[in-house]
Amino acid sequence: MEIPYTVQARPDTGLYNAKLGIWLFLASEVMLFGGLFSAYVLLRVGAEPGMWPHGWLNVTLGTINTLLLALSAITTLLAWAACKVRDFTKFKIFHACTILLALTFLGIKSYEYHDKLIHYEIKLNNGTFADGHLVEKSADFDLAKKTGTVTLHGHIVTDEKELMDLRSPEAKSAKHEEVTVAATDIKSMGNYGPRHNTFTAIYFTLTGLHALHIFGGTVVIFYFWGPGSRMWKTDPERFTNRIEVSGLFWHFVDLVWIFLFPVLYLT
Amino acid sequence: MSESEKPVSLQSYFRLCGVVFLVVLCTTSAMIATSFAHIGDGWTLKVALILSIAVVNAFLVAGYLMHLLSEKKLVYTVLAFTVFFFIGLMGLTMWAMNDFPPGTAAH
Repeated sequence: MEIPYTVQARPDTGLYNAKLGIWLFLASEVMLFGGLFSAYVLLRVGAEPGMWPHGWLNVTLGTINTLLLALSAITTLLAWAACKVRDFTKFKIFHACTILLALTFLGIKSYEYHDKLIHYEIKLNNGTFADGHLVEKSADFDLAKKTGTVTLHGHIVTDEKELMDLRSPEAKSAKHEEVTVAATDIKSMGNYGPRHNTFTAIYFTLTGLHALHIFGGTVVIFYFWGPGSRMWKTDPERFTNRIEVSGLFWHFVDLVWIFLFPVLYLT
Repeated sequence: MSESEKPVSLQSYFRLCGVVFLVVLCTTSAMIATSFAHIGDGWTLKVALILSIAVVNAFLVAGYLMHLLSEKKLVYTVLAFTVFFFIGLMGLTMWAMNDFPPGTAAH
């Protein structure tokens, strides 16, 4: 059975079916991310004064990822344009660039996640806080049994609020060094994972969902670059439409990042 | 005729992409500069400025890379519904922030 309107536009909609389908799908995606952005607004506005983090994320890495995604959006468009002018070699080159850029984006995101997961905040029994990146845990370290020590590269503060704004002059001038804490002195300890506070929770949720979209898009683009490109020989017009549809999804993912970057990294 | 149905020249797309990337570079730099600049006392003005620049960035991607500036009427209709529901979603969020049930604490 032949699937209708894969190449020709339907007379009533003026679009081929896949294109209408992807726009409807993107509309539902807007609402998905919109729900999470509204959760972000609620959490941020509802945070106690001075308790919403600033400067926790690496702006340099965020900027690099922004430019990588912008470049990948451009190579996606050029891959489609190459299909339109029937230049299959250029299509392959541009789509390969998109895949490489996407994988680099995911690599940088993984590094950022790792950095947060080895960053610890330790509440001490004397009411102060030790904060920094994990250097080592002694072999006998067990928080429940109160044995051993943990060493962080960071500093000790008296008020948790001092850890919130890392762009403040006090935070910038803080001296970071190796701090070793005995398990017996620890009241509670946790890394900067999703359960640390509402900021990290919404950060991991938003960027994690976005990274899943990047991963899914990369798989689709890889399929069209590799095994799926066989269609070029039999039906180049339909293949070009497939590249356009996957490109629209990719541009949407770029659009989401255009708002995620300033919201999470810059404000 | 939508943009994707017009005859394509790879050279014209190279030029378009070059301009779009340059503008994205400039707007991203502007957002970062605004973020680190001393503007006002709190974050409200900064957030408004940075998000305004992000909207310009998003317009470029949607308008030129997604060809939204020359699409079919049906796509605009779908997007009009999306914008309506998105504004409703955000509007309900804003409304809920000031709608505390009687007797509950609000800060």
